[in-house]
Amino acid sequence: MSSARRNRIDISPDLARGLVSRRSMLAGIGVVGLGSLLAGCGTTGIAYTGSEVGKASPDKSAAERLVNWSNWPEYIDVNDKTKKRPTLEDFTKKTGIKVNYTEDYNDNDEFFAKIKPQLAANQDTGRDVWCSTDWMVARLIRFNWLQKLDKTNMPNAKNLVDGLAKVSFDPDRVYSIPWQSGFTGIGYNPKSTNGKKITSMDQLLHDPILKGKVTLLKDFRDTLGLMLLAMGKNPAKFSDSDFDAALKQIEDAKKRGQLKGFTGNEYGQGLASGDIAACTAWTGDVVQLKADDPNLGYVLPAGGHMLWSDNFVIPNKAQHKKNAELLIDYYYDPSVMATVEDYVNYIPPVKRVKEELLKSDPAVADDPLIFPDEKVQAQSHVFMGLDAEKDTRYTGAWQQLING
Amino acid sequence: MAALAEPVAGRSKGARPSRRGRPSWLPPLFLMIPGAIWLGVFFVVPLVFLVSQSIQSGSVADGYKVTWHFANYTYAFQHFWHQFVRSLVYALLATIFSLLIGYPLAYAIALKAGRFKSILLVIVIAPFFTSFLLRTLAWQTILAGDGLVVRFFRSTHLIAVTNWLHLTNGDQLLSSPLAVVSGLTYNFLPFMVLPLFASLERLDPRLLEASGDLYARPIVAFRHVTLPLSLPGIVAGTLLTFIPAAGDFINAQLLGNTNTTMIGSVINSQFLTVLDYSGAAALSVALMATIVVLVALYVRKAGTEELV
Repeated sequence: MSSARRNRIDISPDLARGLVSRRSMLAGIGVVGLGSLLAGCGTTGIAYTGSEVGKASPDKSAAERLVNWSNWPEYIDVNDKTKKRPTLEDFTKKTGIKVNYTEDYNDNDEFFAKIKPQLAANQDTGRDVWCSTDWMVARLIRFNWLQKLDKTNMPNAKNLVDGLAKVSFDPDRVYSIPWQSGFTGIGYNPKSTNGKKITSMDQLLHDPILKGKVTLLKDFRDTLGLMLLAMGKNPAKFSDSDFDAALKQIEDAKKRGQLKGFTGNEYGQGLASGDIAACTAWTGDVVQLKADDPNLGYVLPAGGHMLWSDNFVIPNKAQHKKNAELLIDYYYDPSVMATVEDYVNYIPPVKRVKEELLKSDPAVADDPLIFPDEKVQAQSHVFMGLDAEKDTRYTGAWQQLING
Repeated sequence: MAALAEPVAGRSKGARPSRRGRPSWLPPLFLMIPGAIWLGVFFVVPLVFLVSQSIQSGSVADGYKVTWHFANYTYAFQHFWHQFVRSLVYALLATIFSLLIGYPLAYAIALKAGRFKSILLVIVIAPFFTSFLLRTLAWQTILAGDGLVVRFFRSTHLIAVTNWLHLTNGDQLLSSPLAVVSGLTYNFLPFMVLPLFASLERLDPRLLEASGDLYARPIVAFRHVTLPLSLPGIVAGTLLTFIPAAGDFINAQLLGNTNTTMIGSVINSQFLTVLDYSGAAALSVALMATIVVLVALYVRKAGTEELV
C-alpha cells in the first residue's frame, strides 16, 4: 500500500485523472461486455423441425450386421449359469446380426439427458433402438426425434395385443411398439401391517398402522393415476381440477407424516425387510420378490389400476434401422417372448405367449400377475398423453410436492 | 490500486525492455497461463452460461432467449425457500458437530498420538477409499429398523428428546433430519479434521510450557494459546465442511424423508425431471451467491479474531 502511495506522487495529476477516467471507462466496457455476454447465451429449440427424410441416416444395415440396443437393467432373459442372454444369441444365430446390448437405461429422465445433445443437433446417438416408458415416448414424438417403424420388416408386429394397439400418444403405433408392460398396484408386507391386508389407496394414505412406513412411486403417472382411479376419475381423461384434487390427497398424507418417501425401483429391498409396510409398486418387481417371500402381498385396487409399457423406439439418424426392426420383429414371435417372460416376469405385449409358456413353465403361465385374466385387463388404465404445457405444469407441481 | 498504478508509473519513465531484452512481467504472465485457462474453461465459462440461463425464458422444446427474466429468481425463492433455509441449517449443524468431534480428534492426533500419528491419520482418511454413495448407504443399515443404534436411543429415551426437537419422528431414526445431519457430519468430517490437524501440529509446545510457567491453568492456556493459534485450521475446516454440505443432495435423498429435501435435490430435479433449466439455474446462482456472502462475512469476522 505504502509503495503505491509513493508511486502516485510521481504521477502527474493529469495522468491520475486520465487513469481514473480510463478505469471507469474500462468498468463501463466490462459491464456492457458482461451484459452482452450474458445476453448472447440463448439456446435454440431442441425439437426437430426439418423434413421426414432428414431424420434418416443412410442405412448401414446390410453392410454392418449389427444393432445397438439400450435397455433397462435386468430386463431380458439371462442364463444364470453362463451369464449369457439366450434370446439375443439365438437372434444372432438366425440372422447373422450381432446385438450390442447395453444396460444403460436406468431412468427415463437421466437417459433423456444423455441423448438430448445429439438428437437436438440431429446427430446419431450411437444407438439404433431403445425402450422408453409411454410418457417418454410421448415426449420424444413431440420433439419429432423418432423415426417411423417400417412394418414391412416386422410381420410379427400383428401379434401385438389388442389392448395396446391404440394408445393416445401414438394412436396407430407408427413410432413405438411395446417391449414389456406392467401394472401399478399396491404392495405390502404383512409382517409390518400385523397381518392386515392393504387393498386401497385410501387405506395406504390414512391407516394409522402404516404411519411413516408408506412409499409412493416417484413417477406421478403411477401414483396419481392410482389416486385418480380411487377418486372415481379416469386417468386417461381428467381435468386440471381432478389432478389438483388428487395431488392434494397425497400432499395431506405427506403433511400428516404418513409417507416415508418417494421411490423409483429401489422400494424392493425396503418392502422385503418390512421397513416399508406398504407402497405403490410394479408387478414384475413384486413377482420377483414373492419368489423369495411368498407372504408379500400385492393388490390391484378395486377401482382399477395403472397399465404402463416400455416401448421400442428408433431414434433419428439411427445407423442400423432395418436391423433394429428385424430385432423387434424377432421378439414379437410368441415363443421368443415366452423365453423372455419366463425370466423377467412382466406382462408380455405379445399374443399367444401364455400358450407357449404352458408347454415350458406352467407355474409362470398361471401367475395372474403375468397373465392377467380379461376381468383384470378390463380394469387397467393407461395414463393420458400430455401436451407440452400440461406436462410442464403437472411435472412441476408434482416435483414441488416431492421436494417439499 | 497498487497493481494498476505501478506499471503505468514504470511506463512514464519509458517502457523500455529490460537489459536482458525481455520485459520482466512476461515470465510471471506466462506462468499464469495454465491456471488462467483452467479457471476460464472450468469456472468462468460455465458460470457465465449459468448466470445467463438464470435470466432466460422459454422452454426446452422451443429454446431459451435472454429476456432479463428476473422472475426466475422470485419464482425459485417463492417455491423453494423452505429447502433453501433447511439446507443452510443442516449444513450449519453438520459443521458444528464436525467441529465438536473433529477438534478433539485432531488435537489428540496432532499432540498426543506420538508414534501412532500416521496410522491414525490414515484411519481418518480411510473411508475415502470407498465411494461416497456406499458410505452413505451404510448409514441406512446402521440406523435401520431394529438396529443397535435405534435400540440404544429407545432404551435411553433419547428418542423422546430428539422427537421433541423435531429431529426424528415416531420410533425410527432413519428417514429423519437427525439421520441426514448425521450423514452430512460423517461424510464431511475428514475435511474438518485435516486442516485442524495441520494447524495444531505446527503448534510449538514450548508456548504451552511458557504459559504453564506463567501460572496459566491448562484450560486458560488452551483458551489463550492453542485455540487462537489453531484458528486458521478452524476457519479452513468449517468452510470445507459447510460449503459442500450446503449443496449436498445424496444424504438427504438416502437418509431423509419427504420433509428433509435439501436444495441440491431440488436443483437436480428441476434440471433433469421438470426440465425447467432457468429456474434451476436461478436456484444455483442464488445458492452460490448466498454461500459467498456468508463465507465473506465469516472470514472477515475470523480475520479480526472476533470469533474467539
